[in-house]
Amino acid sequence: MSEDIFEIGGLKFSSRLLTGTGKYSDDSVIPAVCESSGSQIITVALRRVDLESKTGNVMDFIPKHMQLLPNTSGARTADEAVRIARLARAMGCGDWIKIEVISDSKYLLPDGYETAKATEILAKEGFVVLPYVNADLYIARSLVDAGAAAVMPLGSPIGTNRGLKTREMLRILIEEISLPIIVDAGIGRPSEACEAMEMGADACLVNTAIATACDPIMMAKAFGRAVKAGREAYLSGPGAKHRNAIASSPLTGFLSEG
Amino acid sequence: MSFYPISDEYSKLPLLEKFESVTEADVHRAISATTASPEDFLAMLSPAAIPFLEEMAQKASQLTLQNFGKTIQLFTPLYLSNYCTNRCIYCGFNTTNDIPRTQLEPSQLEEEAQAIASTGLKHLLILTGDARKKASPQYLESCMEVLSKYFPSVSIEIYAMDENEYASLVKSGVDGMTMFQETYNEELYPTLHPAGPKKDFRYRLDAPERSCKAGMRVVNIGALLGLDNWRKDALLTGIHASYLQKKYPDVDVAVSLPRMRSHAGTFKPASIVSDQDMVQNMLALRIYLPRVGITVSTRESPDFRENILPLGVTKMSAGVSTEVGGHSQKGEKVGQFDISDERSVEEMRAALIKHGYQPVFKDWEPIGNNEVNK
Amino acid sequence: MNVILNGIETEILDQMSVFTLLESKQITADTVVVELNKEIVPSDNFENVMLNDGDHLEVLRFVGGG
Repeated sequence: MSEDIFEIGGLKFSSRLLTGTGKYSDDSVIPAVCESSGSQIITVALRRVDLESKTGNVMDFIPKHMQLLPNTSGARTADEAVRIARLARAMGCGDWIKIEVISDSKYLLPDGYETAKATEILAKEGFVVLPYVNADLYIARSLVDAGAAAVMPLGSPIGTNRGLKTREMLRILIEEISLPIIVDAGIGRPSEACEAMEMGADACLVNTAIATACDPIMMAKAFGRAVKAGREAYLSGPGAKHRNAIASSPLTGFLSEG
Repeated sequence: MSFYPISDEYSKLPLLEKFESVTEADVHRAISATTASPEDFLAMLSPAAIPFLEEMAQKASQLTLQNFGKTIQLFTPLYLSNYCTNRCIYCGFNTTNDIPRTQLEPSQLEEEAQAIASTGLKHLLILTGDARKKASPQYLESCMEVLSKYFPSVSIEIYAMDENEYASLVKSGVDGMTMFQETYNEELYPTLHPAGPKKDFRYRLDAPERSCKAGMRVVNIGALLGLDNWRKDALLTGIHASYLQKKYPDVDVAVSLPRMRSHAGTFKPASIVSDQDMVQNMLALRIYLPRVGITVSTRESPDFRENILPLGVTKMSAGVSTEVGGHSQKGEKVGQFDISDERSVEEMRAALIKHGYQPVFKDWEPIGNNEVNK
Repeated sequence: MNVILNGIETEILDQMSVFTLLESKQITADTVVVELNKEIVPSDNFENVMLNDGDHLEVLRFVGGG
């Protein structure tokens, strides 16, 4: 079997698990998480420097080989997302951006319309845009038109660890959208990441479920393996599920009559 | 982008060998897939799938019920004109066939339209030969002025046109377009269509897509099964329909399954398409494209048309005459092809109800044309 | 003179560049991005860009996020 390559934004990766840097009780565990998961793409956020207290720099813990994927968390409108994206690029860590536009603080669901607007602007400026959206066919199509590099639909609301509640919609996106589909948000267990990959998702992004595990390093390893297993199951084409045998031929019997 | 590069790619594949090499396991996998891939479609069209037709029928039947319910949309063709400049060697309207040529005048059309409307049908398919000078786009638009009074939905099955011509017809009230590629075999195509505008394979191949772009609501494609190996043409028809569905999600894509019948001429089909082949084609298509419309004409016999009701068909013609003016005058004219189900609309309606199906005379009517019927 | 630094009114010395301001706040220049009056200041320009009274400055850095 030839090597299975995950290609996005013109770059090639062997791992299909994207990880994050949020919610760790101690950032110093991040290098070991990157190693045990095999992940090659990692998200960060952009925030005001806290002038009062001295906090560690998360960048000190991100291995150099990782592709950095800054997000626009905190943005409530397309304009704010664009502003954050430009600032992130000025950090000199590449032109990848995960667009996240959320103005609903109760459910933290992404605003597809504003996200598509921001995607269009940033794609024209040469960004590799990965928008985080609801699992919605129309939004996904507008993102394709807007020049996104991938579509990142949610499995269930952010941080809920509830698995693939959007299963049927994800299936439609996987089928209809030609861009890579990266299931983001809501994946709480390796079995759920595995299922998404079995269904044909191109990759999964997992942050909370790893960061908040009692042993993040071991959980990262489990996710890395689950994503790989699901991918291999998808590529190998699962065998048929057999229903009970049909004795007679009620629908096609007429073909052998007369 | 066009469908041509895709069909060209398929034409370079050893398709007959691929059909022969399908295994039983491939067929099982195809039938049980949540969504069937083009490879699954190929497997279901292969000879290896024949022992599993009942299994395919169960799935196809369930998918049809899920997506369309127990309904069959009825329509009838109206032949406006049989002038033709093509020499399609299998067609009764072939320009070299010595048959009386006529074209309905708008006054005759009124009579014909009234005769059809009195049966209750609201979906009409108008047809002409390929004679752009005679049955011109302007002629068709003037026909629409008459027909719009009687039919909320009119489809065309005429020569291939440019996108702007389709757009003008949409404006005049046409909402559907039917075009058969006849065969997707580009090498065989010129022998079957040796002269006339239809000789241009690619212009015809891209015509359904041009009509999608022009705003047609329903686009119905098909291959005339039997011209080439039916499995190859059935495969390409499904791939073509899938291409259109994906690219034009606002268009209702449908596929017709016509097979060769006799006509005024001496052409003998390359392959005989049996009832079993027809059923296999329909089942594979339904499983591959659960939402696609499937049209079966009166080329098929009453028995066959009733037997396939649960298997995937969604549209049927009824009360058909393939002669120009055949709905209002009964004469000894020559039709485009012979029909096999000669039942009236009323008889067809009763037959459908007997089988537990609702005959649908009017599926929709566009609103907002700012026109008032007086 | 005063500038608004990350939303807080801050008194600074006259003739200060972006770079010297960061230095005075013990911020390593190559870990941050600076926006001056809604315009991004390229990092190799930090030493050349002088601050004026009333300037709005945003100093941001990468933090953990998903």
